[in-house]
Amino acid sequence: MLVALAAILLTFNILSEGKFFQPTNMITLAVQATGVAIIATGMVLVIVSRNIDLSVGSVVGVVAMTYALLMTEWLPLLGMGADFPFRWLVALGLGIALGASLGALQGFIIAYVGVPSFIVTLGGLLSIRGVVWYLSKGAAVSGLDPNFQLIGGGAQGSIGGTATWIVGAVACLAIIGLLVNSRRQRRRFGFPVRPIWAEVVLGVVGSVVVLSVAGFANSSLWPQGLADRIAIEQNWGPRPEGGWRIPTGLPNPIVLLIGVTLVMTWMATRRRFGRYVYAYGGNPDAADLAGINTRWTILKTYILMGILCALAAAIASARLNGSTLDVGQSYELYVIAAAVVGGTSFAGGIGTIPGAVLGAFVMQSLAYGLSFMGVNSPGQNIVAGIVLILAVGFDTYNRRRGS
Amino acid sequence: MTVAERTPLVEMRDINVAFGGVHAVSDVTIDLYAGEVIGLVGGNGAGKSTLMRVLSGAHPADTGEILIEQQPVSINNPRDAKAYNIETIYQTLALADNIDAPGNLFLGREKTTRLGSMDDSKMEAETRKVMGRLNPNFTRFKLPVKSLSGGQRQAVAIARAVYFNARILIMDEPTAALGPAETAQVRNLVRQLKDEGIGIFLISHDIHDVFDLSDRISVMYHGRIVDTVRKSNVTPDDVLGMIILGKKPGEVSEKELAQLELRSQ
Repeated sequence: MLVALAAILLTFNILSEGKFFQPTNMITLAVQATGVAIIATGMVLVIVSRNIDLSVGSVVGVVAMTYALLMTEWLPLLGMGADFPFRWLVALGLGIALGASLGALQGFIIAYVGVPSFIVTLGGLLSIRGVVWYLSKGAAVSGLDPNFQLIGGGAQGSIGGTATWIVGAVACLAIIGLLVNSRRQRRRFGFPVRPIWAEVVLGVVGSVVVLSVAGFANSSLWPQGLADRIAIEQNWGPRPEGGWRIPTGLPNPIVLLIGVTLVMTWMATRRRFGRYVYAYGGNPDAADLAGINTRWTILKTYILMGILCALAAAIASARLNGSTLDVGQSYELYVIAAAVVGGTSFAGGIGTIPGAVLGAFVMQSLAYGLSFMGVNSPGQNIVAGIVLILAVGFDTYNRRRGS
Repeated sequence: MTVAERTPLVEMRDINVAFGGVHAVSDVTIDLYAGEVIGLVGGNGAGKSTLMRVLSGAHPADTGEILIEQQPVSINNPRDAKAYNIETIYQTLALADNIDAPGNLFLGREKTTRLGSMDDSKMEAETRKVMGRLNPNFTRFKLPVKSLSGGQRQAVAIARAVYFNARILIMDEPTAALGPAETAQVRNLVRQLKDEGIGIFLISHDIHDVFDLSDRISVMYHGRIVDTVRKSNVTPDDVLGMIILGKKPGEVSEKELAQLELRSQ
């Protein structure tokens, strides 16, 4: 999967004679993929447990509209106006609660009433999108809290050069720590361990990749005009020769995606909840007979989906500085495509969260690269559709040969 | 200790289960003592598995009661059954194919660290210990059980029942999918567990298995118990007759016996 992504990026870079690999391009591409990637981490668990969620796009839409209305109309009525410093946080919390409730409602109908998830979430897709219209009477809403807008990225919505290096360093330490800990655990119980050189190679390769990404993010600079303006506002002193060179570093949505991916992977592989999701997907009867509360497990996957949709909605509305009627439209298709391209199987029980994130990046790289080459959006859709079928076909072929 | 003083480990009284209009189990009463093996036999659809599913919590009984050491208990789901140390080895094995052996062994009862995460190393170590006893050749602890042989999968299913200190063990066709060597292993295990004082319900089609391992034999026919007999009081042919005709040996007419002879030829 990593190889496929690298091949796509390289191809576009060669076709565009090296223009594609500019930091600004790569960062825009990555930020555009974050919404779909964040939801795809949850879609993996839903598909692994033999369900589907078609309502994600509409949930994103309704939560995005809720954020916009909260900050422009509702919260000011409660005395939380522009001068209230935590308005963005209150809006975010309420939006996440709304997403979780919508997920819980659908999950309850699926898990406890027993209506097939395809039907429930298809109904959700239609009716929740309708609610978006009623919320705003069909109008677009704009003018979010400036702090909220930072969730969407941009020069100011990035963590900056120093913090990016710190994130990189922490990631390197974490990689080494995980390797050491896993080795120590296996030693403790006398299991076979990898040779020490293999551990070192893994650690070095991992750290080099992490630090290159951090360095690459830091090679993207603030636009000169913006830097000049902020320099005056904040009294940075005289303008240096050749202008300000302020690295943007990692944009906030990417940091959010990294966090979500880590937490979701941890839940899927280290927590009992994740084990139960996979066990149910592998053999629902076995999970029941083992005494697992399978209904509650399924319900939880949908609550998680709702929360992830609310996070994606925050990024989408922050980037727009508002919300329109069609925010999140067709997300369900891109999210399912990302999960499936990333190796999640509709037969249940198989799929990984990092795979789905990579899948989202593969799909987004194709779309972005094609538009970079001047291919219009119907053309991009043709390619995306073919890639989806090829990816699953390749996977099926591999599995048949393996068994 | 005399027989009169001993109390049964489990009693199932007047159990009824119906699927729609079909009485899968009707008015069945059966008991099991510690250190005893009861062979539960009968044709296909006789109700053996359904009766055992009631005890293992996989399917609730419509009516009837279950007593464990003379205390009435209610078993509504597999968790309840496990709480009473009732462990089951299902005919289908009930393994999650995409998960490895330790994951299956501890499914629903994972070992966790202080922070509530799964302690995979601990679970693998425990699995290695118990598998070392059951099947010393077992080495593939990291592979999904899908890629294991039938005997190895069976070993995982048995290990799961044995590991958690079962007092009552239900084995549904434990040797159906096994080769001769593995079958012998399972038989040895049954004897060993019996010596440890575990009560065992053994469902089997193999009349030799049943005669070899059981103390008493219960024959089911169309959802009812035909009779429960001491092994020493009957011959395999008597039991076969009960399975096929649904009547006790003394009640079978000459004509039916003749038909049976014809059929077995």
